[in-house]
Amino acid sequence: MNAPLRKVAIAVFVLFGLLFANLNYVQFFQGDELRRDPTNQRVQLQEYERQRGSIVVDGQAIATSKETNGRLKYLRTYPAPALYPHVTGFASPRFGEAGIERSEDAVLSGNDDRLFVRRVSEIITGRRPKGGNVVLTLNRQVQQAAFEALQNRKGAIAALDPQTGEILAMVSGPAYDPNNLASHDPDVEKRAWDQLNANPDKPLLNRALRQTYPPGSTFKVIVSAAALKDGATAETRVPSPLQYTAPQTTKPIENFSGSSCGGESVTLLRALTVSCNTAYAKLGVELGSDKVTSMAREFGFEDEKLSVPLSVAPSRLGDIPDPPSLAQSSIGQRDVRMTPLQGAMIAGAVANNGTLMRPYLVREVQAPDRSPLDTTDPQEMSQPLNAQQAGELQKMMQSVVQRGTGKQARISGVEVGGKTGTAEDGDQRQDHSWFICYAIVDGEAVGAVAVVLENAGTSSSSTAAIARQVLQSIVKNRGPR
Amino acid sequence: MTATVGAGPSPPQGSTGPRPATRRNVELMLVLLASGIILALSVSVEAALDREITINSLYLPLGLGGVFLVAHLAVRFLAPYADPVILPCVALLNGLGVTFIGRLSLSEVSDDYVGQGMRQWFWTIAAVTFFSAVLFFVRDHRMLSRFAYTFGLVGVVLVMIPAVLPARFSTINGAKLWIIVPGVGQIQPGEFAKLALMVFFASYLVAKRDVLSLASKRVVGVDLPRGRDLGPVVAAWLASLMVLIFERDLGTSLMYFGIFVVMLYIATERTSWLLIGLGLFALGAYSAYKVVGRVEDRVSIWLDPFAQRDGNGYQLVQSLFGLGTGGLFGTGPGAGQPESVPFASSDFIISTIGEETGLFGLGAVLTLYMVIAARGIRASLDVRDSFGKLLAGGLAFSIGLQVFVIVGGVSKLIPLTGLTTPFLSFGGSSLMANWCLIALMLRVSDAGRRPTAVNMPVQLRHAPTEVVRL
Repeated sequence: MNAPLRKVAIAVFVLFGLLFANLNYVQFFQGDELRRDPTNQRVQLQEYERQRGSIVVDGQAIATSKETNGRLKYLRTYPAPALYPHVTGFASPRFGEAGIERSEDAVLSGNDDRLFVRRVSEIITGRRPKGGNVVLTLNRQVQQAAFEALQNRKGAIAALDPQTGEILAMVSGPAYDPNNLASHDPDVEKRAWDQLNANPDKPLLNRALRQTYPPGSTFKVIVSAAALKDGATAETRVPSPLQYTAPQTTKPIENFSGSSCGGESVTLLRALTVSCNTAYAKLGVELGSDKVTSMAREFGFEDEKLSVPLSVAPSRLGDIPDPPSLAQSSIGQRDVRMTPLQGAMIAGAVANNGTLMRPYLVREVQAPDRSPLDTTDPQEMSQPLNAQQAGELQKMMQSVVQRGTGKQARISGVEVGGKTGTAEDGDQRQDHSWFICYAIVDGEAVGAVAVVLENAGTSSSSTAAIARQVLQSIVKNRGPR
Repeated sequence: MTATVGAGPSPPQGSTGPRPATRRNVELMLVLLASGIILALSVSVEAALDREITINSLYLPLGLGGVFLVAHLAVRFLAPYADPVILPCVALLNGLGVTFIGRLSLSEVSDDYVGQGMRQWFWTIAAVTFFSAVLFFVRDHRMLSRFAYTFGLVGVVLVMIPAVLPARFSTINGAKLWIIVPGVGQIQPGEFAKLALMVFFASYLVAKRDVLSLASKRVVGVDLPRGRDLGPVVAAWLASLMVLIFERDLGTSLMYFGIFVVMLYIATERTSWLLIGLGLFALGAYSAYKVVGRVEDRVSIWLDPFAQRDGNGYQLVQSLFGLGTGGLFGTGPGAGQPESVPFASSDFIISTIGEETGLFGLGAVLTLYMVIAARGIRASLDVRDSFGKLLAGGLAFSIGLQVFVIVGGVSKLIPLTGLTTPFLSFGGSSLMANWCLIALMLRVSDAGRRPTAVNMPVQLRHAPTEVVRL
């Protein structure tokens, strides 16, 4: 019987060899893939062992972690869910993170290198390590005002401080409740996720940063800036025919509903005030695509890397191969696209005497004990115009609000400048409506606001009225300093 | 096996020594080493889970060390010549099991060693007691063959009880494998039936092997047995199928049949029995796949568990996540999330160990099993009587096969079947039955290594006829 016994021994060795080989495959070759699989909760469970830091606005936590008795030790909670969903994003046990929860995850989860020394000391002293806190630049009242003004309509509002670049309000509609996505009940979590993703209005999308729209007539501010830099003033007269046909095409550009801009030629100030399409199309073509393009870039277009630190979709000019497309682009049509934040940056740079400040949302990163680890300093991003040119443009934009298409944004005692815009969204749907504006109090730029309402029709009056509410809140709560 | 006293040559060396080495002190050192490893593991588990080290973490491993010393003493006095490596391997596996089960209940319940870890510790005491009792009462393994048919009957009855009991008294998690006494507890009679049946097979096959070795004709280079001799293998096959159908347990069924066929092969030395066995297995597996829904589910999970990651495939996917997360070195004892896997302390204890100790840890665990199986085969080669050979070979192979089926199942090498992992899984029946198995293995090993007046290795080399043939 010894011969078969030896063979059986060999067979057992072979079976174990197969086990070894397979375990090598699973644990070594496939290990990384299995570890990183999104449905593998282990890494995440590990993270929930540690209390995640808070996201703070004006001293109040807008995202915080509460202790639970469940397997996941801490429940992520958003005390004011409607107000900040696109700012905070969410931290979901199953679907990962978005928003600040994602971009500042290292700090919040406590994995950031800046927290390393504390982490080690906490292990030694036996205390459970916690994550750090993230303090935002948002202003609670301004955010509230923006939220109320938008009324959860499809659209977005971005407001910033032109002098520093601090983002004061960021609202995207429709909102969603991040608490459901943070739920530890897999059914609640899954249902919320499925519903939000199935919703055609895309509530998860942060329209203020991640959605680009055709800027329509708001782009005329950039063409104006290019003209001013080229030596023009607000009083420079430009041709404003009823129809303008660019070279190399037969298709004319008309004004809105074919109306006149007030003569065969008008001042630049008047052209912007009445949003004269023919004047700007011709002006753009005469300036040439280089000047228009470089001015747009100065204001922040085509910036692939802008992040606040939520990443911002780049605003685009699109291809401008010939004069007809330049004419179209100069009035914000064709392939020009911009984000609401970009709109606020344009208004802000004009208000800030021609200097564009880099927008940012995180003021400070704190250790768990609230001692600062890192503070963001205001940073100049570019200087599209000098102070004198910016002053001319301010005159023009204030005229828009005083006498032109933006009257709804007027605030007594405050210099408000703005520009309306209407952008077509295909033939079937209603147009998108834009308003970008700023407020100057006692010579100081206190706020810049951009509002987009999707498919709102041509009623730019309502976007201007929304912007006005936000500006008013900024003036009341922030300025002048 | 009836060598004449004093007829052989004296031992080539050390003939002046008082008596041949029993190597019991080696065993003692290895048992102490195993206990030390368990102690260190237990401390590091507590350090990782509670972030502090208390005296509590020492009770359980020290207690275990004491239990294993008792087992060692039992071997020292009752089977002094037995292989010195088997017991330490078993002790280490058992200790690993208790520690990891304790670690799982620790992370689930509270900061005290309560729950499954403690219960498994008590089961270990019971199992070692049982182990010692078997060594005490079975002084010569050959006496077992006298009760072969009794064992056979007991085995069949034990297998059948859960099948005939109402589900309320026999079914846990879909497998009808239990005898449940409400309010008292439950046992898994199949674990003991396996042993009883192996004793029966060994005795039966030794008695019948001359008949079963007869070949009738040669087909493609293989000697086929006579048709009428197919009876026993077909009966075993049918019985296994019955287990599968009535107890809905693929693993146990596969185990019984695999053990029987391999023992048949060892007894007859006829490869044809293996081929017939494999053929019957393929036929049975295929028809089970077609007929028994549970089997079809298992196969489809095996083929692509990730397609059903939230449904039927959940367990296996979680197990693979655990193994993958562990990677080469593991997350560290106590530092993983093995409780993510359902049944982490029973069916999937291997995933727990794989997650926290990594590929290297699992490799060590598999090596321990391999050593046990190899030493079991060694014992069967050493022993002189056919019954002992067949029994020890069957026992050793059954350990290897069981580990292959369950580890292969949780790591997606083969379809997952619900088998316990010997010495590691939570559960008293399995632990006691496997310690009993080791007692029998040591008993055979003791017989094989016990010096007669003849020096064994020499005799083996010079006595090819009876010993090697039979």
